[in-house]
Amino acid sequence: MAAETAGPRIRRAPATAPGPRKETLGGERLLLGLVLAYVLFTTFWPLAELFSAALRPGEDGRTLGLMRDVLASRATGRALWGSLVTSGLAVALSTVLGVGLAFAVSLIRLRSPAALVFLILTPLLIPSQTMALAWIELAGSGSPILGALGLAPAPGSANPLYSTGGIALVMGIEHMPLVFIATRAALRTVPADLIEAARVIGVPRHRIAASVVLPLVAPSILAGALLAFTAAIGNFGVPALLGIPGRVSVLTTLIYQRLNGFGPSAAGQVAVLALIMTVLAAAALALRSLALRRLAVPLPAGRPFEPSRSSPVGEIVLWLVVLVIAVMPLAALVMTALLPAIGVRFGLDTASLAQFAAVLANAAVRRAFANSLLLSAGCALVAVVVAVPFAYLAVRRPGWLVRALDVGVEAPWVVPGTVVALGMILAFLPPLPLIGVSLYGTLAILLIAYLARFLPLVLRPVTAAAQTADPALDEAARIVGAGLARRLACVFLPGVLPAAVAGAMLVVMTALNELTLSALLWSSGHETIGVMVFALQYEGNSTAAAAVAVLSTGLVFALCAAANAGARWLPERILPWRQ
Amino acid sequence: MREPALPQLAARHLSKAFNGVRAVDAVSFSIPDGAFLALLGPSGCGKTTLLRMIAGLEKPDGGELLFDDVAVAGPRGVLPPEARRLGMVFQSYALWPNMTVRGNIEFGLKVQKLAPDERRRRIEEVLEVVGLSGYAARRPHELSGGQRQRVALARSLALRPGLILLDEPLANLDAHLREAMLAEFRRLHSVSGATFIFVTHDQEEAMAVATHVAVMHRGRLEQVGTPEDLYRRPQSEVVARFIGRGRTLPVEVLASADGLCTLDLAGAVLKVAGHAPAGPGWLCFHASDLSPAPQRGPLAGQLAGQLAGEVVNQIFQNGVYASELAPLGIDVETISLALPERLAPGTRVEVQLSGGWVIPRRSSATPTLAGGTPATARSPA
Ligand SMILES: Nc1ncnc2c1ncn2[C@@H]1O[C@H](COP(=O)(O)OP(=O)(O)O)[C@@H](O)[C@H]1O
Ligand SMILES: [Mg+2]
Repeated sequence: MAAETAGPRIRRAPATAPGPRKETLGGERLLLGLVLAYVLFTTFWPLAELFSAALRPGEDGRTLGLMRDVLASRATGRALWGSLVTSGLAVALSTVLGVGLAFAVSLIRLRSPAALVFLILTPLLIPSQTMALAWIELAGSGSPILGALGLAPAPGSANPLYSTGGIALVMGIEHMPLVFIATRAALRTVPADLIEAARVIGVPRHRIAASVVLPLVAPSILAGALLAFTAAIGNFGVPALLGIPGRVSVLTTLIYQRLNGFGPSAAGQVAVLALIMTVLAAAALALRSLALRRLAVPLPAGRPFEPSRSSPVGEIVLWLVVLVIAVMPLAALVMTALLPAIGVRFGLDTASLAQFAAVLANAAVRRAFANSLLLSAGCALVAVVVAVPFAYLAVRRPGWLVRALDVGVEAPWVVPGTVVALGMILAFLPPLPLIGVSLYGTLAILLIAYLARFLPLVLRPVTAAAQTADPALDEAARIVGAGLARRLACVFLPGVLPAAVAGAMLVVMTALNELTLSALLWSSGHETIGVMVFALQYEGNSTAAAAVAVLSTGLVFALCAAANAGARWLPERILPWRQ
Repeated sequence: MREPALPQLAARHLSKAFNGVRAVDAVSFSIPDGAFLALLGPSGCGKTTLLRMIAGLEKPDGGELLFDDVAVAGPRGVLPPEARRLGMVFQSYALWPNMTVRGNIEFGLKVQKLAPDERRRRIEEVLEVVGLSGYAARRPHELSGGQRQRVALARSLALRPGLILLDEPLANLDAHLREAMLAEFRRLHSVSGATFIFVTHDQEEAMAVATHVAVMHRGRLEQVGTPEDLYRRPQSEVVARFIGRGRTLPVEVLASADGLCTLDLAGAVLKVAGHAPAGPGWLCFHASDLSPAPQRGPLAGQLAGQLAGEVVNQIFQNGVYASELAPLGIDVETISLALPERLAPGTRVEVQLSGGWVIPRRSSATPTLAGGTPATARSPA
């Protein structure tokens, strides 16, 4: 319907209509092309190489022959069984501890909740190999703490942790925060009304926790437990330090031992083992998303429950548990690091900084620190540079390709690190096309592996932040004529910067002590801190290993402390332990 | 003044569908330079989509959009919003939170590469115009809703666009501020001389602020006209019912001449303004056009009501009895009018019509309408 109008004519500024021009999406296409190339190179290609290697025909030419051979071997069966048993037990422990601590922290009014939560989360900050080392020192016959209490195993007896149970114990504690975080987050969404309603009709407190709150958070607990299972299946540091001396075989250590024994050319054969791990992890994650989608009950929004009752006994028990799982092992590690030599009993007279001086004077150790710092900082920087435009495309211009990439880049983070490392060897051991140089044996292969694995740590928070931002902010900038580059820098980036900084910090802390990837990809001159700790312990130099582990853990805590001190200059809500 | 107003903005059969549902359906219009147009319609009728197509934020599926006779969207491509040089005030205001008030205004000026002196002058000027001179250093979160609204306006005005689009700019403000801002919009419109397109679902707002109102319904543009046009001379049954809570009755137009229609309303013959040809028609009127016919006095009988009805329900409201009548002889829902006294349900009341407007009734349009059954309306003349 055409409608003609005639109204009072008012003078206005001269018309500034431009000539006709085609739609300009060139900038976005270019950006998409760059992101695509990046993801193909760092992620899709290595993983594709891995899968094609695992599906190769056997020596006799049968289809999937390689897979049949490996699956039929006894070593595979033993390692698979070992992985399942250690992970299963570890998950049970993680769940009991994580749920218990989350309920206690949420239901008891505590004097210093922040400190407690920080200590509960420390296992996340401490790398597996350090965690394993700390528990070895705590539980061994030379334990400075158990020794002082008269509880240490007899001298000369094997460390009780060199066993299936030991691996499960340490992994269980290490992955407990995953269940803790999931449970605590779920508890916070339970509206106080529901609890108060039960209280009003006279339900006793413990019944409220068990029959009102627990069923509501059960799907989240299950989801957290399945996440812990994925982490346990992919864990390398703990079974490497406890399982190899204890002759407990799991999939990650079997791959490591095969590659160590036969060289990188065995990568094709162990690809099948990697595939098994991927299937296990993928199954757990599929179950997890099922649990979150199918079992979760939508909760009404409401004021979250605030604990009002203090419980001195509960608080003491809580601190004791945290003391055992977080403080004592680290204390044992520090005490060991303060010993001048192996076998010396710890005491104020024997403690010295000699080990620290020795390791710091060691060129290889210094190189390892330099390499790890360089790799983690470089990785964090590149991840931010990639994640910001990537998140822009994912949120503002979602198409099938962007969505596929968004899902695809998660793969290296959710599959076990060993799988990623194998993919890297398979892709980058042969000389690169065009350039003719192999990246294997250089720092570059480590950087690429880190980038592939840790990108989601930045991308996820950045995308989440972008999603909560008002799309009109970008549109308003388009209206005033700002082009893509300008909108990215002046409008989009400021909105996601807090998330990007938080993600970058997480990358630095995680990558600094990375072991799983480095153990398979390092080469002489390109060691990392994790590799150094592992190698020193492997050689039997446990005091030096402890000293390096203490230094690297100290470095991470120093970074945390620096971030904490600078919290007021940082954007809000980026430090996980400050709410 | 003598030449016809240059159409600054025109659309031809502009369409846009989301998942097969037509949000904007073959909309055509042309808006004269400097108009203040309110785009009015119920929520979900496609106003925002139309506005976003004008801005270039949404790509039309079909049709053409012209700025000063130059196609900015059409078969030959779409000009991106960056190049359209218009202003837009978003419902959420969309102030960049990382920038101060000054920064928000200056951003567009920098993008357009204005010199620093000129930028400063413009910022001072627009802040003065919107009455926020002392607030240049504030951040958006340090402002009240009304102040944010003004900053969003200032940001649009600073670039001196010929066209400013406003998407429900008052939806987030309280009633008192809304009044004040409406007056402000009128003032800024005359100060800037730009064409304003103001989206709203509130007809009071539209009537109060606009020189022209465009009524949208289910993606289609029903009518564009002055507020008085829409109220007194609706062009479609939808507009007649929507504006001022109008009522429509099915009638038979017997003859039409000189803007007056002779029509048959349930047996009574009367003359009402309108351009409908002989045939089925709609009689459009508002509650204020109805009054009870005098039952005594010199005019009684001579001016017997053109319509009779039975009282269904009465509510005492604002000093009169707001009454619902079931009209006799027409199969439609009730009509309402104010009566001075309480009457028992079922009492017959003679009603007099003063005003009203007749439009043609197409049979295709009737099935969706409640009450309009042509069979009963087509009584013998
Ligand atoms: N981006 C979109 N995706 C899908 N449907 C949309 C989108 N935007 C609008 N719509 C649909 O188009 C119709 C018109 O919406 P809109 O233009 O926002 O209406 P209004 O602004 O008049 O309330 C609605 O039915 C709405 O659901
Ligand atoms: Mg709208």
